Amino acid sequence: MHNTAISLIELGAVFFGLGILGRLAWKIGISPIPLYLVGGLAFGAGGLVPLEGIEGFTELAGEIGVVLLLLLLGLEYSAAELVTGLRRSWLAGIVDLVLNAAPGAVVAFLLGWGPVGALAMAGVTYISSSGIVAKVLGDLGRLGNRETPVVLSILVFEDLAMALYLPILTAVLAGTTLLGGFTAVGISLVVITVVLVIALRFGKYVSMVVDSPEPEVFLLRVLGAALLVAGVASQLQVSAAVGAFLLGIAISGSTAENATKLLEPLRDLFAAIFFVVFGLNTDPRSIPPVLAYAVALAVLTTVTKLVTGWYAAKRQGIARMGRARAGAALVARGEFSIVIAGLAVAAGAVDEQLAALATAYVLLMAILGPVAARVVEPVARAVQRRVASPA
Amino acid sequence: MNVEVTPLPGIGTRQDFVARSGRRIGVITYRDGHFDLIVSKHDDPDSCVASIPLTVEESGALANLLGAPQLVALLEEQNREVAGVSTRQLPLAPNSPYDGRTLGDTALRTRTAVSVVAVVRAGTVHPSPRPDFVFRGSDLLITVGTAEGLAKAVDVLENG
Repeated sequence: MHNTAISLIELGAVFFGLGILGRLAWKIGISPIPLYLVGGLAFGAGGLVPLEGIEGFTELAGEIGVVLLLLLLGLEYSAAELVTGLRRSWLAGIVDLVLNAAPGAVVAFLLGWGPVGALAMAGVTYISSSGIVAKVLGDLGRLGNRETPVVLSILVFEDLAMALYLPILTAVLAGTTLLGGFTAVGISLVVITVVLVIALRFGKYVSMVVDSPEPEVFLLRVLGAALLVAGVASQLQVSAAVGAFLLGIAISGSTAENATKLLEPLRDLFAAIFFVVFGLNTDPRSIPPVLAYAVALAVLTTVTKLVTGWYAAKRQGIARMGRARAGAALVARGEFSIVIAGLAVAAGAVDEQLAALATAYVLLMAILGPVAARVVEPVARAVQRRVASPA
Repeated sequence: MNVEVTPLPGIGTRQDFVARSGRRIGVITYRDGHFDLIVSKHDDPDSCVASIPLTVEESGALANLLGAPQLVALLEEQNREVAGVSTRQLPLAPNSPYDGRTLGDTALRTRTAVSVVAVVRAGTVHPSPRPDFVFRGSDLLITVGTAEGLAKAVDVLENG
């Protein structure tokens, strides 16, 4: 029983520490994710105090965190919104993909991590953090702006692209051949299309299966369904996260709203564990060698997101300031980059330094993103004045 | 008037129109039902100078304020030929002594010779209210009468 006591104390200390870090983050006005990562870095492997005895729980809890992160992302969108977003922004989405995945892949090749590492890093630098972007737009009162639907549609496209990308990544990490990779793409395309069709046509039946007037029963049903679907998806090599995301899309209407309300606290808890565990498993001493690359990636991918946003907004006829705002809003990276890095590292198929590079990169971008969104207007106006009156 | 409806994936819906002054004015309706009132900047119609969250009651109050003048203007237009008769909208404050009581209790027509031709409540118009119509706070009474009568009616509604 001595062990249980120590585990409880360690776990309690972790949670309480996360709470303090989170409070600090809200006070400064940034997302708490970078601070959770830093907290994890400070302890665990290579850190100040090694935490033992809670690995079993935290590992599973981290997995559940990823499932809940993607389930709630799917719940946020209705299938109709996904189709509208896709139709409106597919070209901008492709530009986004090409411009932002390339830097990550290039750096991975430069560091000698091969095609597997390149695929993983491409995902890390590509996906903007929907959570941070939505929060920043809300905080800055920009939800009514005309460029905001453009930004949101790009986020929708990225989420759908991730649903395609994760199964491919999982297959590649598991060491399948090129043919195996294509089969994985084919299966995931079929599954995703089928689910979207079901969600559009028969969404209310799926919602009926999990719905219940009693909150306790509802919670158990939704959580159970999510974990079941995630597990089955993982078995089918479609990736647990994608399974949860598709379930979230299939559930719609008031069921989706109630499920979101019930599950948000659980998601916050388990996702925080996921980030801390990622930090715990990353040796902070492995960061300095890749820090220069992380900074270079940060600068380069900020520029590429600015270009993406500018182009997408221009296509919708938005004026210059709006284009700049759209680009700056997309800069933030966060939770999903860490999810992708976590998948890659857990599979053991990539260099350990990838975790260090991803951590450093996300730390930089999670802070740079909101800052960029805030300073874009003054900076753009200063540039305009300079251009208008050359000295 | 072209009201544009734009879905905001993951957030809600934005409905807005461009006013003659060049400003874009509209409402964001969130999933959970609350609203934001948005007004665009003068020099940058893409961005917002105000994005004000409104509760359900506040939206109703705003709808009242915006809806009643139209009714009053219509009535004034129709009564212009009749000299000495004015139309006004009188608000019933939430702490008015007639909050929760009926139109008959106010005895407005007997005491002030003013007629209540309609009551606007949360954007809905109740025309020709009967004496047993029960008032609620922040109702708007559309009244017709002489100028002195209307002034007296204000006093009656406030003080009982």
